[in-house]
Amino acid sequence: MIDLDFLQYDFMRNALAAGLAASVLCGVIGIYVILNKIVFISDGIAHAAFGGIGLGYFLGYDPLAFGIGSAVLTALGIGMVSSRARVSEDTAIGVFMATGMALGIMLLTLSQGYARDLYGYLFGNILAVTRSDVLLISALTLIILALVFLLYKEFLLLSFDPIYAEAIGLPVQSLRLLLLAMVAFSVVILIKIVGIIMVIALLTIPGAISRRHMLGLPAIMAGSMFLGAIFVTIGLLISYELDVPSGATIILTAAAVFFLSTVLSR
Amino acid sequence: MTEKIVSIKGLWICRAEHAVLEDINLELVAGDFLGLIGPNGGGKSTLLKAMLGLIKPERGSIAIFGLPPAAARSRVGYVPQKTVFDQSFPVKALDVVLMGRYSRTGLLHRYGRMDRQAALEALKAVAMEDRALREIGTLSGGEQQRVFVARSLVSDPQLLLLDEPTAGVDSAQQTDFYDLLCHLNRDLHMAIVLVSHDVTAISKYVGKIACLNQRLYYHDSKELKNEDIEKAYGCPVEMIAHGTPHRVLREHD
Repeated sequence: MIDLDFLQYDFMRNALAAGLAASVLCGVIGIYVILNKIVFISDGIAHAAFGGIGLGYFLGYDPLAFGIGSAVLTALGIGMVSSRARVSEDTAIGVFMATGMALGIMLLTLSQGYARDLYGYLFGNILAVTRSDVLLISALTLIILALVFLLYKEFLLLSFDPIYAEAIGLPVQSLRLLLLAMVAFSVVILIKIVGIIMVIALLTIPGAISRRHMLGLPAIMAGSMFLGAIFVTIGLLISYELDVPSGATIILTAAAVFFLSTVLSR
Repeated sequence: MTEKIVSIKGLWICRAEHAVLEDINLELVAGDFLGLIGPNGGGKSTLLKAMLGLIKPERGSIAIFGLPPAAARSRVGYVPQKTVFDQSFPVKALDVVLMGRYSRTGLLHRYGRMDRQAALEALKAVAMEDRALREIGTLSGGEQQRVFVARSLVSDPQLLLLDEPTAGVDSAQQTDFYDLLCHLNRDLHMAIVLVSHDVTAISKYVGKIACLNQRLYYHDSKELKNEDIEKAYGCPVEMIAHGTPHRVLREHD
């Protein structure tokens, strides 16, 4: 019997709400990340966001807002660079990624006394999610869902065959930048939950499992949302009961299901 | 009066200071079926891309249906050279064909019943209607190619541009495929530009033939002068007529 008394705590209710909203987001954006093969780009964006978070601390403003800002800038930067094709895309990502991390660590250290927060951003601290964080995460999730709903056929065309898409007049470059910006928003939200280091796992594992068992993009997205919600809830419960780090527990839950499903579908 | 479908005048296209296409002149009207041959790197794909408005000319002009190429896209069907895609991509053949309706449906609008109807008919035209609900990755190479042709037909184009569409398709399927193009050309009066390196195969089907290697050798007919081909390929013509220019080029040394 699962003990539901943890729900009497505000921080647990916030954590669960944020986790569920993030699962919906992962379900949708994660699939596009997988299909467009931009897993490495997404990871680079997550790391680069750390530079913005550090700057936010240093200047004494909201670190999350600065994190979103630097993530979006990085996403657009990578998108532009890769379309110019002067610097190869993964080189660009590598440079952005390391620079962002270095800046973040430097600025956080200069800001004195934020070592605990540093840990939280790197490894996630879903229990520190506040009421206003939940509202922000829900609002961003709704905006991104609306965009995907409106541009469903465009994103499908872009993901499947960008060369043909351009030939028949789809604004491929703008859509690609929009997709990267959406990934940037999602990634920063996920940093709150599982931390920079593990963002990519939560973004890709539910989609990777769902893709094996579902047919058609909408079903895969739905399956991926469902799995994300399960991972977050179970991970949260275990971390509460055993008093272990929440981010790592969520990712380990997801990874366990991933390996199990790989072995079983053999 | 026959409408000019393609009108290219004095077209130059350069890439990194080098001319890829030099002074190209080409006119096509309804019902034309042009086979475009030439050595690799001769600019065949570039010419098609210019006709789609994907590459800007350095000099000269291109008009498609009297319009700038980008504005005429909804009347042009395009089958790119070997579509590279993730073979486990979760879409059905019908969904792939529907993508071709984009130029008619436009940004933000959803596909409607008319679009779905058109997609089914396009699949029927390439004899793939019984595969409509199959995942694209589960179809054979030839079947996938047919789906991509259906995708180019679904917008009811009056001009069809095909870039080496039979690459990776076995020879029995190739014959079927060329028969399909002949049907579209003869019975639906679709103008077709077929890019190929297989001279012998396409010469049976096309109405006119042009050879492209930076310059276009074309006499508005199915005849090409031997000296033109020799100039374009840089080797004796009888070698090319029998197919395999690459092996021949080596013997030529």
